[in-house]
Amino acid sequence: MATPNNMTTLETQSLTIRFGGHVAVDGVSCAFRPGELTAIVGPNGAGKTTYFNLISGQLRPSAGRILFDGADITKMTAPLRTRAGLGRAFQLTNLFPNLSVEENVRLAVQAHSGTHYDMLRPWRTRRDLIDRADAILDSVALGARRSVAATALSHGDQRKLEVALMMALEPKVYMFDEPTAGMSVDEVPVVLDLIARLKTDPSKIILLVEHKMDVVRSLADRIIVLHHGKLVADGQPAEVIASPVVQEAYLGIAPGKSAA
Amino acid sequence: MMILSGDPPRSRALSLILIAIVVVLAITPFVFPGAKPLNVAAKICIFAALVASYDLLLGYTGTVSFAHTMFYGIGSYAVAIALYGMGPSWAAVATGIVIGLPLAALLALGIGLFSLRVEAIFFAMITLAVASAFLVLASQLSWLTGGEDGRSFSLPELLRPGTVFIKDLFGVRINGRILTYYIILVGCAAMILGLLRVVNSPFGRVLQAVRENRFRAEALGYRTVFHLTYANVLAALVAASAGVLNAMWLRYAGPDTSLSFSIMLDILLMVVIGGMGTIYGAIIGATIFILAQNYLQALMGAASNAAAEAGLPLLPGLLHPDRWLLWLGLLFVASVYFFPTGVVGRLRGAPKPAE
Ligand SMILES: Nc1ncnc2c1ncn2[C@@H]1O[C@H](COP(=O)(O)OP(=O)(O)OP(=O)(O)O)[C@@H](O)[C@H]1O
Ligand SMILES: [Mg+2]
Repeated sequence: MATPNNMTTLETQSLTIRFGGHVAVDGVSCAFRPGELTAIVGPNGAGKTTYFNLISGQLRPSAGRILFDGADITKMTAPLRTRAGLGRAFQLTNLFPNLSVEENVRLAVQAHSGTHYDMLRPWRTRRDLIDRADAILDSVALGARRSVAATALSHGDQRKLEVALMMALEPKVYMFDEPTAGMSVDEVPVVLDLIARLKTDPSKIILLVEHKMDVVRSLADRIIVLHHGKLVADGQPAEVIASPVVQEAYLGIAPGKSAA
Repeated sequence: MMILSGDPPRSRALSLILIAIVVVLAITPFVFPGAKPLNVAAKICIFAALVASYDLLLGYTGTVSFAHTMFYGIGSYAVAIALYGMGPSWAAVATGIVIGLPLAALLALGIGLFSLRVEAIFFAMITLAVASAFLVLASQLSWLTGGEDGRSFSLPELLRPGTVFIKDLFGVRINGRILTYYIILVGCAAMILGLLRVVNSPFGRVLQAVRENRFRAEALGYRTVFHLTYANVLAALVAASAGVLNAMWLRYAGPDTSLSFSIMLDILLMVVIGGMGTIYGAIIGATIFILAQNYLQALMGAASNAAAEAGLPLLPGLLHPDRWLLWLGLLFVASVYFFPTGVVGRLRGAPKPAE
């Protein structure tokens, strides 16, 4: 792809993973462009989360390649991919349950700052890391809850914390996996605003798995559709939503009728 | 407070108990005459450091190792063999340290890189296997280790009881033995403060993150196998150093005093009694355990006699000194039952999340 060197590029080539006989992601080839928010849609079990797991390194593909910033990262471990700039917020909330909310984010800030093995000074002397964590918590409206244990948060707040951890990593690629699932209506806008604000940065690649069509319509620049692990549609939101394959495969509506 | 790395005891009762323990240990040579109290005090110091280093692994990273006594033994044997072979010189002490500590560190590094990549249970099994092999090795290579008999040796002139520095200080003769005791006290205090620094460092916070959710720590960009391995190496270094001090105190190293699995079990009990993941718990656990180990029998003997004299039924038999292990066991069951988070956890009150 003819993108300038300083621009982030991410591409999967024939990416495939089999679990026993089941092919969860089946030959998905797709290139993502900076400054673009790509929504990934598809029915339950379509392989969306698995596709993310392959990109961020939690799973190794059975076949295919992943290219990031021009380099083949297919064999790279998850922590190194994170350091390279692939950020991931998990669908199933995945936190440090007994550590405080602030400490959860501070650990992410610390990782991003490259402070991995410093064992000689007390962590409290790194005021910069704590302040940065607090600023991020404020940005997701969790500032007031910073000293409670992560496990004591409501589901919605845990989802926000999950997103905050990714924000702290300041990645080049943001992977949101149903960030608003299970949130109450009044909590959703915080996360959507945050994603909208990220979109204004033309250097970032944003991937968003989302079931809510109104959210997809309002945020996505592009939609790709996964079905039984295969990429079955790719294009502008309006045209993809209207396409027969989506009407049938994803929305379960007979072709010809318009989407809700 | 910087010396505590910003991690004070966080409980008035706990602070007082810790201060009391440290003060008593510091003045033991002056207030408790005789060899036994000093032996007990030295053992408390050494085990406090040894248990604290085990807490770094078990309490902070959540990994179970059965090889901790092996590292303790490596330190003990290294200095014992050097002093035995080279004679009682400081060069021999230095040789023992220069060989023993790096050997322990290298072994810990190897075990860690090999087995900490995968699930924790694999690491536990590997440490068990390596430690067993080491135990067999130590008793088989009797030309080097003295086999089951171990190695007795003499200390350099300066540390011998016969070397008198001050004839009478507050009624106590300050000799090489007392100097050795203070070297142990200061050495162990330094190691415990060092461990406190490590667990409160940015590195130490990652260890807690790994204990909480290793998968997530990896996803944040931490290569956790290195964190766990470095923690393993640090713990091994402290254990080996404690082993050096132990051998120098006993002027002996043998399987029973430095390698056996019963010591491993004692360490586990001490860390649980004191409170895991606190470092301070190691001091409390070691003090309670070693005091009980050394004085419970005598205490029970006295109680048994008193009960017999008072003509009470049943009690003299129950309190007979021969039953001390039973009572020690009951004491532990009770302490684990009533203080599941250890003495330190109990004194700190309701669990608060680490900030
Ligand atoms: N580690 C695994 N082992 C075996 N099967 C797996 C594994 N991970 C995912 N799968 C299977 O792969 C398929 C795709 O799952 P995936 O979680 O990617 O779906 P999804 O599109 O994210 O669905 P949802 O919308 O429900 O989140 C499912 O059938 C799932 O059971
Ligand atoms: Mg999913």
